[in-house]
Amino acid sequence: MAHDHHPTGIKRWLFTTNHKDIGSMYLWFSFIMFLIGGAMALGIRTELFQPGLQFFDPNTFNSLTTLHGLIMVFGAVMPAFVGLANWLIPMQIGAPDMALPRMNNFSFWILPFAFTLLLLSLVPQLFPDGAPNFGWTFYAPLSTKYGPASTDFFIFGVHLMGISSIMGAINVIVTVFNMRAPGMTLMKMPMFVWTWVITAFLLIMVMPVLAGAVTMMLTDRHFGTSFFDAAGGGDPVMFQHIFWFFGHPEVYIMILPAFGIASHIIPTFSRKPLFGYASMVYATASIAFLSFLVWAHHMFTVGMPVAGELYFMIATMIIAVPTGVKIFNWVATMWKGSITFETPMLFALAFVILFTLGGVSGVMLAMTPVDKQYHDTYFVVAHFHYVLFPGAIFGTIAAVYYWLPKWTGNMFNETLSKIHFWLSIISVNITFFPMHFSGLAGMQRRVPDYNMMFEGFNQLSSIGAFMLGFSQLLFMYIVINCIRGGQGKATDNVWDGAEGLEFTHLPSPAPYHSFEKAPEVK
Amino acid sequence: MSLLNRVMSGTFMLFTLLASGVWANEPELSKYNLRPGVTENSQRVFDLHNEVAWIMLIVAFLVFAAILYAVIKFRKSAHPTPSKFSHSTTLEIIWTVIPMLILIYLTKPAIGLLLDMEDASKADMTVKITGIQWKWKYTYLDEDFEFVSELSTPASQYEDYARTGTEKGENYLLEVNNEVVLPVGKKVRFLMTSDDVIHSWWVPDFAVKMDAIPGFINETWTRIEKPGVYRGVCAELCGRLHGFMPIVVRAVTQSEYDQWVAQKLEEKAEAARLAAEAAAKSWSMEDLMEMGKKVYAEKCSVCHQPEGQGLASFPALAGSEIATNPDKIDEHTSIVLYGKNAMPKFGDQLTDAEIAAVVTYERNAWGNSTGDIVQPGRVGELRAGN
Repeated sequence: MAHDHHPTGIKRWLFTTNHKDIGSMYLWFSFIMFLIGGAMALGIRTELFQPGLQFFDPNTFNSLTTLHGLIMVFGAVMPAFVGLANWLIPMQIGAPDMALPRMNNFSFWILPFAFTLLLLSLVPQLFPDGAPNFGWTFYAPLSTKYGPASTDFFIFGVHLMGISSIMGAINVIVTVFNMRAPGMTLMKMPMFVWTWVITAFLLIMVMPVLAGAVTMMLTDRHFGTSFFDAAGGGDPVMFQHIFWFFGHPEVYIMILPAFGIASHIIPTFSRKPLFGYASMVYATASIAFLSFLVWAHHMFTVGMPVAGELYFMIATMIIAVPTGVKIFNWVATMWKGSITFETPMLFALAFVILFTLGGVSGVMLAMTPVDKQYHDTYFVVAHFHYVLFPGAIFGTIAAVYYWLPKWTGNMFNETLSKIHFWLSIISVNITFFPMHFSGLAGMQRRVPDYNMMFEGFNQLSSIGAFMLGFSQLLFMYIVINCIRGGQGKATDNVWDGAEGLEFTHLPSPAPYHSFEKAPEVK
Repeated sequence: MSLLNRVMSGTFMLFTLLASGVWANEPELSKYNLRPGVTENSQRVFDLHNEVAWIMLIVAFLVFAAILYAVIKFRKSAHPTPSKFSHSTTLEIIWTVIPMLILIYLTKPAIGLLLDMEDASKADMTVKITGIQWKWKYTYLDEDFEFVSELSTPASQYEDYARTGTEKGENYLLEVNNEVVLPVGKKVRFLMTSDDVIHSWWVPDFAVKMDAIPGFINETWTRIEKPGVYRGVCAELCGRLHGFMPIVVRAVTQSEYDQWVAQKLEEKAEAARLAAEAAAKSWSMEDLMEMGKKVYAEKCSVCHQPEGQGLASFPALAGSEIATNPDKIDEHTSIVLYGKNAMPKFGDQLTDAEIAAVVTYERNAWGNSTGDIVQPGRVGELRAGN
């Protein structure tokens, strides 16, 4: 590794075009955002611990829910996946680096500025009327005519995040289609690469839609247009159609790479090849395709024509079929395997189990007549946190544990990581499971206060949330400890039976320029 | 500790925690679940919910059972040599087709129910519901009267920033000053709209949740089968006090309903007479200030704050140009009548005298000592467009 010429100190990180450096920056950025968004969630859970307003003015509370959602979606989950893509895709397809390294640097360095803009809205000296307070879905006209001044910072922040995501997606697509090692046909690509390519296409198609939505907001707010104002001939519901045309594929953007991660970890620790590779690829592609056709299932109470409601109900329910295929294939992968339970496998198992719970509540929500009761209640909050926390976040944590020894060359502390796992899985359920009940019993979303009948469930959720949040500091310690040497050197193969070029062809830690000479794939 | 033991103890711990949290506070088991409600459709929604919930739980538990079996039976110590199979077309067809059949089975009752829920035709009466930040206005179109209904829980119950705890009533945050009264057994059509942002009118016992959208009218309906008091909330985030705009519906027999309507119409006539009288007479500063203080506390202080100091995007009135410049009295009055930016119009909620009083109050309170007096007659002229 004596040949790695790169600047040192701060310049290394500012000017780097190396996929591993950029991947690390994405992952650390994502973790910092995860802690900031998590702190906001703990603020929310503190206020909701008991009835009455104890800590926050309702306006501040609304800002907390808004920023918590925005930061977790755009700041924590999406950059984490881009970070993993940067680290893994070149190694998994036998390439030296990403195809467009300078753009790679640019797309990362946009993010700190985007989130600075967003977080500046919290500074009362700049914005006496407060931070964005209209929910992460920023429905018009609450966000347009009634939005605080900081909404404009939010709009430009979202624009920057969108540009960053689009560049990241282009980079993945160009890399995968041009830089695969000889012999690696599309149907031999690792599942993580497949799921990310499909995610990248989703990103390229929907991020411009989001950019369009916020631009229309901006012109409605300042330049006299009336896209979303009925008084000028516009339509507030059109905002929701545009937003969810972005928003529904977005939720798959936040889960497909995690599907890919599980498809690596489960075969490794079952010592058995992935069951139904081809059907996994086709299932992922059909989920992505269907995600464009179901957006209005988020809008069953806006007064759509009944034919529209029927269509969106049936189309949504169809998504359960390819999703089910994926879950059954993971179970079949374990079947007659020879399973061990290292930490990545524990998180992958928790991912499959808890994602299944989030999936079945998704089928319930798809059914229009009952959704009219569930809509905008804590039942929905429970549902999407079950697919996001144990789905996207546990998926990311599993990936970090699985590939960390390959990245650093060191093994992490197994005992501590298992404690982290058990704390996380217990507290994630204490936090989010009671929300199913409070939602069904009638507690609506996005309220800082509630009737005493919901107190028990809310107290449980709050206790769980604090456990869950602080457990993640243990994760940070384990990762830093591993980078600094951990529990000794990792072998090149790291895990008994790990497949993939990064484990079979590269030493641990992986060299700075992954493959200087392309490997032969048979 | 074996893995199975760990899983079992973890699960047990979770359920113990859940149970203690639930039963310690909740006497009734139904607080877990949707409620059957008091309409035919709410009962059907409840049944469909239970059916789909059970089917989905069974599916989930079958998956969990398979995982648990695999985890125990095929762990390395029990099954050291892995099999190498990696596909089975038969299996894959089976687990594509079976979920499809389950979904088709579930879709059929859902379609029928949805078509019935969306059919608001042949209604016996119509109530127009307007969402206003943060209250509901109910207009009985057949009888031609309307009223505004808002939270009656006093702020002293929910504002607990000193964190000393406050005494709360049973219907905390679910009680209003003016209940909506509806007859049982009648098909009531609701027309929903909004004066400002999107709200959503939700009464779980009717299985009715419909967005109130500014500039558009949505339609839905219910037929209540049992007399009683039913409570609901605004379900769509609508700004600062979204969690503080409940709904209370009192369902009564037809004869009680007719009595209530007659009383409402009488109140309306009486209010019109008083308003006309008040508008005609010339008011003294003291009377205007006294009435204005009351109106301000009720309608204005939530946003502009009790001392007129304003809050966030709600401007201060104390010392403001509009409320102190003698040339802007009419402009001030017009803003109260017709609203401005995020401020709703109060012209249809307040009488001429009340508007005259509150404008006078705002121009002479909290150090605004203009000495300006606005008479109801001038408000009437402004309403008429002069």
